Amino acid sequence: MHPIPCRVRSVVRELEDTFTLDIEPPENDWGFAPGQFTMLYAFGVGEVPISISGDPNDPSRLVQTIRAVGPVTDALTAVSPGDTIGVRGPFGSSWPTKAVEGGDLLIITGGIGLAPLRPAILEVLANRDRYDNVTLLYGARSPGELLFADELQEWRGRFDLDVLITVDHGDRVWRGPVGVVTSLISRASFDPESTAAFVCGPEIMMRFTIQELQRKGITDDRLFASMERNMKCGIGLCGHCQFGRYFVCKEGPILSCAQMSGAFWTREV
Amino acid sequence: MSEVFDLIVDHPFFAGMTRDQIKVVSETGTVVSYHEGQTIFTEGTDAVGPLLILSGDVALEMQTPGHGPQVILTLHSGDFLGWSWLYPPYRWTYDAHVHSNAEAIRFDGPGLKEASEVDPALGYELMKRFTEMLVNRMQSIRIQLLDVYSTPR
Repeated sequence: MHPIPCRVRSVVRELEDTFTLDIEPPENDWGFAPGQFTMLYAFGVGEVPISISGDPNDPSRLVQTIRAVGPVTDALTAVSPGDTIGVRGPFGSSWPTKAVEGGDLLIITGGIGLAPLRPAILEVLANRDRYDNVTLLYGARSPGELLFADELQEWRGRFDLDVLITVDHGDRVWRGPVGVVTSLISRASFDPESTAAFVCGPEIMMRFTIQELQRKGITDDRLFASMERNMKCGIGLCGHCQFGRYFVCKEGPILSCAQMSGAFWTREV
Repeated sequence: MSEVFDLIVDHPFFAGMTRDQIKVVSETGTVVSYHEGQTIFTEGTDAVGPLLILSGDVALEMQTPGHGPQVILTLHSGDFLGWSWLYPPYRWTYDAHVHSNAEAIRFDGPGLKEASEVDPALGYELMKRFTEMLVNRMQSIRIQLLDVYSTPR
């Protein structure tokens, strides 16, 4: 499966090291499910898996948010409108937005983890009447490092979505919560018996979040996390991204805690 | 029963304690109100007892030379504020400022300790709960120290 050359339409700088690319999709009827990713190829440098952060109801745009953390992402975030990059995908499993309809939904994320969850949030908001309470809990490093800050502000203004944001380190003007994202869970309104949770962020953050949600009584089959492992092929052949008995690129990245069972708590898996 | 008893009897912190034990605790409490911007206590002053926040937001701050006050944690409805009253030298370690109008129950620390000496079973129940709160806060601060949202290079 070869990367398809795609033209970059626009580049938006979200944070100091984080950029959102609007890319012309490989095909006209290109579509994806919330939570899926593509392999993006910076020609001559390399290929990396990047979650799709766009609207799943808009197949005309492939939107991906990238943080520069190494040579390939440095190259991908240095592109300009009109440049061409390679795209393979979409790959992987998705947030089960349909399966959890009818109950409360907690969306818990930290840092750049908001990007892979943005399509799920947009999907849920587009079908808002199918869910009871929907709550977004977001943790960031500091007030200046809130991803999609304008959109967060817009979501906070909605009456059908509770948005709580906390930062690890406040500043002189920040009047919101300071502390870890798990501290927001007790402030959310949800019925554990009918609640599903989507969790995405650094693995340590996800571990503590899932522990707290389990303590609150949410069962493992309704707890979903987006896992991250070193990926190469993206189609479940090479084995680089093996996580327990799953390949994260194929059966993941979205896995339920029931699927992951002990693997999530086992070191070096 | 008193107003304070009614306010705390169903609070998760007291879950599992007998009504008699909760009554003893409630007798050391007073409902207090704070307005936005007010200082509840400052670092180094006498730590007289914990507060249970009923509504509003309170920030724990540390004064840092050259940088002014740094907010290290915010507490909200349902949270307990303060444990310095439990251990010598019984002085607050941080400043507590009100971010939005707050109502709280201020408990008398010496009164709680005296009641715990008289009834060690009550003391044990209280210590279990305050220790759990301390452990949870410490875990949170450890995660904050890990700086998990920083860019991995």
